Amino acid sequence: MQLIVDGKSHEVDVEEDMPLLWVLRDELGVKGVKYGCGVAACGACTVHIDGVAVRSCQTPVADVDGPVTTINGLGSPEAMHAVQEAWVEHQVAQCGYCQSGQIMQAASLLSEIKMPSDAEIDEAMSGNLCRCGTYPRIRAAVKTAAAKMQEA
Amino acid sequence: MGKVGKIARRTFLFGAMAVAGGVAFGVYKVRTPYENPLKDGLADGASTFNPWVVIDGEKITLITPHGDKGQGVAHAQAALIAEELDIEFGQFEIDFGKPDKAYWNRALAGDGAPFMATDESFTAEATRSFMGGMIKLLGMQITGGSTAMPDSYEKLREAGAVARETLKLAASSVSGVPVSQLKTANGAVQLPDGTELAYTALAEEAAKVEPVTEISLRKPSEWRLIGKPMQRLDMVAKSTGTLGYGIDVDIDGMVHAAVMCNPRQGGALNGYDASAAEGMRGVQKVVEVSGGVAVVADNTWRAIQAVQAIDFDWGEAPYPAEQDGHWAAIEASFNDDQLDKEWRNEGDVTEALAGGKAVEAAYRVPYVAHAPLEPLNATVLVEDDKVTVWTGHQIPRMLQDQVAKVTGHKSEQIELVNHFMGGSFGHRLEFKYVELAAEIANQMRGTPVKLTFSREEDFAHDFPRHIGMARGSGAVKDGKVTAMELQVAMPSVVVSQMGRAGLSVPGPDMQIAAGAWNNPYGLENFRMRAYRVPELAPVSSWRSVGASAGGFFFDSLLDELIHEAGADPLQERIRLMQHDVSRTVLEAVGEMSNWGSPLGPNKGRGVAFVESFGVPTAEVIEVTNTEDGITIDKVWVAADVGTVIDPVNFENLVQGGVIFALGHAMNSEITYSDGMAEQANYWDAEGMRMSQCPEIMVRGLENGDKVRGIGEPPVPPAAPALANAIFAATGQRIRELPLYHHIDFA
Ligand code: FES
Ligand code: FES
Repeated sequence: MQLIVDGKSHEVDVEEDMPLLWVLRDELGVKGVKYGCGVAACGACTVHIDGVAVRSCQTPVADVDGPVTTINGLGSPEAMHAVQEAWVEHQVAQCGYCQSGQIMQAASLLSEIKMPSDAEIDEAMSGNLCRCGTYPRIRAAVKTAAAKMQEA
Repeated sequence: MGKVGKIARRTFLFGAMAVAGGVAFGVYKVRTPYENPLKDGLADGASTFNPWVVIDGEKITLITPHGDKGQGVAHAQAALIAEELDIEFGQFEIDFGKPDKAYWNRALAGDGAPFMATDESFTAEATRSFMGGMIKLLGMQITGGSTAMPDSYEKLREAGAVARETLKLAASSVSGVPVSQLKTANGAVQLPDGTELAYTALAEEAAKVEPVTEISLRKPSEWRLIGKPMQRLDMVAKSTGTLGYGIDVDIDGMVHAAVMCNPRQGGALNGYDASAAEGMRGVQKVVEVSGGVAVVADNTWRAIQAVQAIDFDWGEAPYPAEQDGHWAAIEASFNDDQLDKEWRNEGDVTEALAGGKAVEAAYRVPYVAHAPLEPLNATVLVEDDKVTVWTGHQIPRMLQDQVAKVTGHKSEQIELVNHFMGGSFGHRLEFKYVELAAEIANQMRGTPVKLTFSREEDFAHDFPRHIGMARGSGAVKDGKVTAMELQVAMPSVVVSQMGRAGLSVPGPDMQIAAGAWNNPYGLENFRMRAYRVPELAPVSSWRSVGASAGGFFFDSLLDELIHEAGADPLQERIRLMQHDVSRTVLEAVGEMSNWGSPLGPNKGRGVAFVESFGVPTAEVIEVTNTEDGITIDKVWVAADVGTVIDPVNFENLVQGGVIFALGHAMNSEITYSDGMAEQANYWDAEGMRMSQCPEIMVRGLENGDKVRGIGEPPVPPAAPALANAIFAATGQRIRELPLYHHIDFA
C-alpha cells in the first residue's frame, strides 16, 4: 500500500483493516499522533486526510484516499503553523497529550470556516477530549489563530 | 506543623562536588547525628549526593526530579533555581535526573523530592505517605497543610543561590577580583570592568573551591521570575507533537506487548486458550503474567488484537460482584466497631439536635476512574546485571524497588528514565503497569518490551477513587445554622494503595475525613465521625483524594442547613468562618461573582468552600435550567496559595481542576457488575466536553503564610457548588454523584 504522510511517500505492507493510527505510530514512527481511546471518543489521534480532520484510530489504512498530514507535518518547532503559534502564545497545554489532536481539529476547522463563532468552535472541537481541562485556552487560541490567518 | 520542615531541614546539607568536566550543586544527606559528609571525603559523599544544578564546560542542566504530569512542575522547579542562579530561560536544559550512581541518591530522591507550588500535592502527599514513619505527620494538615512544599520552595532557591555564590568565588579565584565586587546575570559572573565569565567556563574551577553554603535568599521584591507570567518550557514541544511521552519510546529491537488481566481485579487466572492469538500476524510470543496473559507482537495494534482473541477463564473477584454489595457494605459500616476516628466534637451536638433536626440526609459518591489521556505504558529491558525502565511515574524511587522485586535485581540496578506524563490524576502513583511490563520483559531478557494498555484495559484496571457515603443532620435557629453532625463511611484508600506496595499502615486514615473534618468554620455544635469500611474494590488516590468526597458531603449538608435557616448561602458561610484567610477567599468570590445580584429566569447560583492541602478555595457556579437540561454558564474561583509562582500556569491549573471536577460530578463513575467495571471507555465516563465548558474566572490570593500547590484544591468545591446551584435554579436537591442520574445536562 502506498501512503503519503507529511509530504513523504511510504510503501507499507500491513493488514487492510489496521487503523491508520497504528500504521503511523508503529510502522512509520510518526509519534506526534496519539492513541487515547481507539473508539473515536477522544480525538487524540486526529490527522488530516486531504486537509480534513479524521480520527485515525477509526480509519482503516485501506480507506485512506488522499495525502495524510499529521501534527509533525503541520509545522515544526522552528516553523510553526499559525494554530500552533496561537497554542504556544496562550500556553494551552497542561499534560499536552490531547493537544496534537486538538490542533489538527482546529486547523481543519479554520480551513473550512475562516472566522468561526463561539458555537461553531464548540461544535467542531467537542469531539476532542481534554482530561486536563484546557478548553478555555483552546477557545481563545482558536480565535487568535483565526485572526492570525486572516492577516496572513 | 513546623515539625516536618525541621526534619527535612536537618536531613540535608548543601554542597557541591566535581563531576566530569564541571561541578554539581545539590544536597548531601546528613546521617544523624550531624555528620558532615563534606568533611568525610567525596568518595563516600559521591554516593549520597543529590544534585539540582549541574554545570560543565558545555551547558547548564537543572535537575527536576519530580515527574511532570501536566502541572508544569518541571518548569516551576527550574524557575525557582533560575531565580537565584541568575540564568534565563533558554540558557539551560532540564532533566528529570537518572538514578546515576555517581551522584544520585535514591533515598534522597524520595525523602527530599522537591514539591513545587504548582505540583499536585497528592504527589507530595502520596510520596510522603510511602515514607512509613512520615504518615502520622499528615495528621497535622489541620493547622496548615503540607509543609513539604514551602520547604522545598526555599530549598531549590537555596540550591540556586549556593551555586551562584560558589561560581562567584570561582570567578574571584580566577580573576583576583574580590567577591564583593562581582555580579551575576545571564548565566555569567560579571567583573567590574564589564568582562563576563560564563558559568560554563567557571565550572571546573567551581568544583575546586569550597562551596559557599552561607547564603541568604533574595526578597520577593527582587524576584525576576517568581510571581510573573512565564512561558512554560514545554509549550512548543507540546504544540508541535515533538514531546516524547512514555508511550512514544522507541528502542532498537523493541517489541510491543498488550496485556489482559482478570477484569475482576485481583481475581485469579484459572485458564486460557491462546491458540487463536498465536496464529495471528506479527505475534511473537504469549506469556503469562500475574493474573493474566500478555501477547508480544511487532506492533501495538497487532498485540492488542491478539490478546483480545484469547479465551479466558477468570476467577471470582475478591470483592462484592455487584455494585449493590459495595453500597451495602458501606451502609453497614456506620457502627461503633468501625468508628475510625471522631475527628471533631465541639459544643453539644446531641443536645442541639434534640430539639429537632432541620435536615437529615444521606449523600454518596461513586468510584471514579483516573483515565488520563495517555494510557498506561512502560518499556522495560531486563539484562542480567541491569534493568532499564522507560515510563512516566510519580514515585521513581519506590518504582525501582517494585521492579527489583519482579526481576530479582537489586534496586540500584534498576535504571529509570522518567518521562513527561500524559496526565495522571493519581493513576501513575500505582506500580502495577510497570510491574507487568517488567514481568514480560523478564521472560524475554535482552529484548526491550513496550507494554501499552488498551483504553479498555486501562479502565478495567484503574484502581478508582474510593466510594463513600455520609449521613448528615443539623439544626437551625433564628436564621442561623447552629448544629451539624456528619458521619462519613469509606474504605481506606491509604490501606488499599500502600497494601499494593507491600506496606501496612496503622491508625486512622485521614483521607476518610478529608474535606469535612478540616473545615475552618466555627459552628457552635459540630461533630464529625469517620467510619472505616472493610476493603472492597482496590482503590487509589484520585486528584484531591478524600477531599473530593468529603468536600461534597460537608458542603452539601451545610448548604441545605443554610437554606432551611433562610439565610444567604454566601453570607452565612462568611458569618460562620473562623479563619481570616478563608473568610477573605469567600468574600473575594462573592465580589467576583457579584453575588446577590439579580439573575434571569431559570438561573441559579451556588457557592461552596473547601480547604484542602492547605488551600482555602471558594467557588461560585451559575447554571441555567434549559429545555435541554442544565447548562453550566460561569464559574468564579478564589483560592489562597500564599504565593502564586506563575499566574498563567496558576489560572490554567485552576480552570483545569474545575473542569475535571465538574465533568466527573456530571457524568462519571465506575460501577461493578459480575465483579467487573461496567465502564470500558470514555463513552461510558465522558467527563466534560468543550461545548459544556463554562467561562471560568480565577483569582489567586496571597494572604496565607506558606506556598501551596494548586493542582488539587480547585477540585473539591466544584461538585457541591454545582449541586447547590442546581438546587437554586430548580429546587431539586441532589445528594449523589454523578448528578446525571437525577438531572439532565445540556
Ligand atoms: S484514539 Fe482516536 S478518537 Fe481516541
Ligand atoms: S492537556 Fe492533558 S489531556 Fe489535554
